[in-house]
Amino acid sequence: MDLKEKLLSSFMAFEERVDVDSDLHEVRTEAIKNFETKGFPTKKEEAWKYTSLNAVLKNDFSVFPKKENVVEYADVKKYFIHEIDTYKVVLIDGVFSSFLSSTTHEGVDICLMSSALTKPKYKEIVDTYFNKIANTEDSLTSLNTAFASEGAYINIPKGKIVDKPIEIMCFSTGNEAALMVQPRNLVIVGENAQVQIIERHQSLNGNPVLTNAVTEIFVQERAVVDYYKIQNDLQSANLVDNTYIAQKANSNASVHTFSFGGNITRNNLNFYHQGERVESTLKGITIIGDKQLVDHYTLVQHAEPNCESHQNYKGIFDDNATGVFNGKIYVEKEAQKTDAFQQNNNILLSDKATINAKPQLEIFADDVKCSHGCTIGQLDDNAMFYMQSRGIPQREAKALLMYAFSNEVIESIRIPELKNRITKLIASKLGVSMGFDL
Amino acid sequence: MLSIKNLHARVEDKEILKGINLEVKAGEVHAIMGPNGSGKSTLSSVIAGKEDYEVTDGEIILEGEDIGELAPEERAHKGVFLSFQYPVEIPGVSVTNFMKTAINESRKAKGQDEMPANEMLKLIREKSEMLEIDRKFLSRSLNEGFSGGEKKRNEIFQMAMLEPKVAILDETDSGLDIDALRIVANGVNKLRSEDNAVIVITHYQRLLDYIVPDFVHVLYNGKIVKSGGKELALELEEKGYDWIKSEN
Repeated sequence: MDLKEKLLSSFMAFEERVDVDSDLHEVRTEAIKNFETKGFPTKKEEAWKYTSLNAVLKNDFSVFPKKENVVEYADVKKYFIHEIDTYKVVLIDGVFSSFLSSTTHEGVDICLMSSALTKPKYKEIVDTYFNKIANTEDSLTSLNTAFASEGAYINIPKGKIVDKPIEIMCFSTGNEAALMVQPRNLVIVGENAQVQIIERHQSLNGNPVLTNAVTEIFVQERAVVDYYKIQNDLQSANLVDNTYIAQKANSNASVHTFSFGGNITRNNLNFYHQGERVESTLKGITIIGDKQLVDHYTLVQHAEPNCESHQNYKGIFDDNATGVFNGKIYVEKEAQKTDAFQQNNNILLSDKATINAKPQLEIFADDVKCSHGCTIGQLDDNAMFYMQSRGIPQREAKALLMYAFSNEVIESIRIPELKNRITKLIASKLGVSMGFDL
Repeated sequence: MLSIKNLHARVEDKEILKGINLEVKAGEVHAIMGPNGSGKSTLSSVIAGKEDYEVTDGEIILEGEDIGELAPEERAHKGVFLSFQYPVEIPGVSVTNFMKTAINESRKAKGQDEMPANEMLKLIREKSEMLEIDRKFLSRSLNEGFSGGEKKRNEIFQMAMLEPKVAILDETDSGLDIDALRIVANGVNKLRSEDNAVIVITHYQRLLDYIVPDFVHVLYNGKIVKSGGKELALELEEKGYDWIKSEN
């Protein structure tokens, strides 16, 4: 039985455990139908031209994990930004871990999706927001929606500035021979509210994992959201991350994606503007080698006047690694005075590494400022010589240059401890320890 | 201290250095002048070990050791310093951190421990004061957004920190106004000693008013065609390079 069939029959089993009379179930039923019709994406589709899931889908993934997988904090502490206090929503093999989590209902809701989806007091909010910005035509998003049951539920009321960052952490124990997990997160940030969120998916041993995550983020007027994704998973791990962000007037949302590891990592990042003077920031650093693949597929839908979007993606590819950057900026007729900027710079360190870069601008308004730039190159020989001539050996010089190359993105991380962590990850990725903290 | 014998170098198929001979003793300042395209910058790059150039013949000997086969960083560890005409910008790495890395890598190569932090700070303070460098400047990203003068001053600051045996200043005067030129030249003069040597590469004579050379060499078409004392620079200034070209 292939994975699609397995998922379809698992859905029937899933229906026996959930309330089939709820409104939510109608959403799920629609979603599974869409997945049944479309199936997994293939390279024949333009959006998946460079990224094939075929080999990954051949694994015999378990769809429902065992319930009792336990992880000791000491064993996973290093994956958290443990230098600071954070709220935590932690899943182990797709199941909420109350032991590792640190949730709250005091003034804000930072808790688990399963409560939100089942408890009557959340029904109104779930009806208003759940699956409302996610692309219901997308087959993998639909697949997630069909099985949506656990993840983070974050609701920040009007005017509230959350006192510490929130970490959403999804561990895979590897206790299953192969596991597919589909976390579903819903984040609502009220008017003038502010929040910082860090998301990470992490396998704890080398058994294959396929994560198909969906996150919906609603950013109300004048709200500020900083979202950071750390992707440094094992070679056995595959991630399709679907993030949908709807922004109301004068809001500011940023997503930073740090991709340093994993077999296949696909980031579908979508911004939709629903008010004027919105600011959206999409930034990423990718540093990969071996046969790893990282695919950034971004969309910014400029639908209102006077909005800005800034995209800046840096990629460093070694060995047989493959990078994909597909950045689409869509400017609707009404979206006059749009300022949309997109930059994608890549360095290839090996003859066998590949980058496929494709900026796509569709502009229907006439008074806009849109720019995009894409570069693919090697490390600057002259810069290398400069550093070597000061006594810095080739390897360290290379690392310094790559760090400098990524710096624009690192600089805009607004959590100092996270910034420190990312620079350390970069240094270890580049295989150097400098005389100072990079 | 530095002895260059019959040095030939080429880039791809083009021979640029066609047999350079140069003897630089400790305590001396040598100026190498010449028209554009004569091979001045190539000579400095070849001494520092830039890999774009292929040395086809000759030797580069530093304190009795042939350094011609060494990597640029190994030459740096042995005391060669090249001040760049166009210093490279390195965003995100402060001047201080860059110097820490350079000094400690050099110490590591010599089997020494890293320089203690307080000693490093003291050294940085001392050398930056000598070159009239503002402390704030040191925490800025290396060369990023620096003016031409700041870049050159920063090169000399690095030279002061690394205390090389042979410092080659490649067109250090280019792009400098007269005040910046004076500060840079004063810095170099303060760093001169009986134990080191300086090679000044320049197109114009004006830097040599401030850094007074013991010897002046004229490089033309890949060869040193004339050598003399500091008065040769003045003669060149007066007669122009056509004088050299017509003689060769």
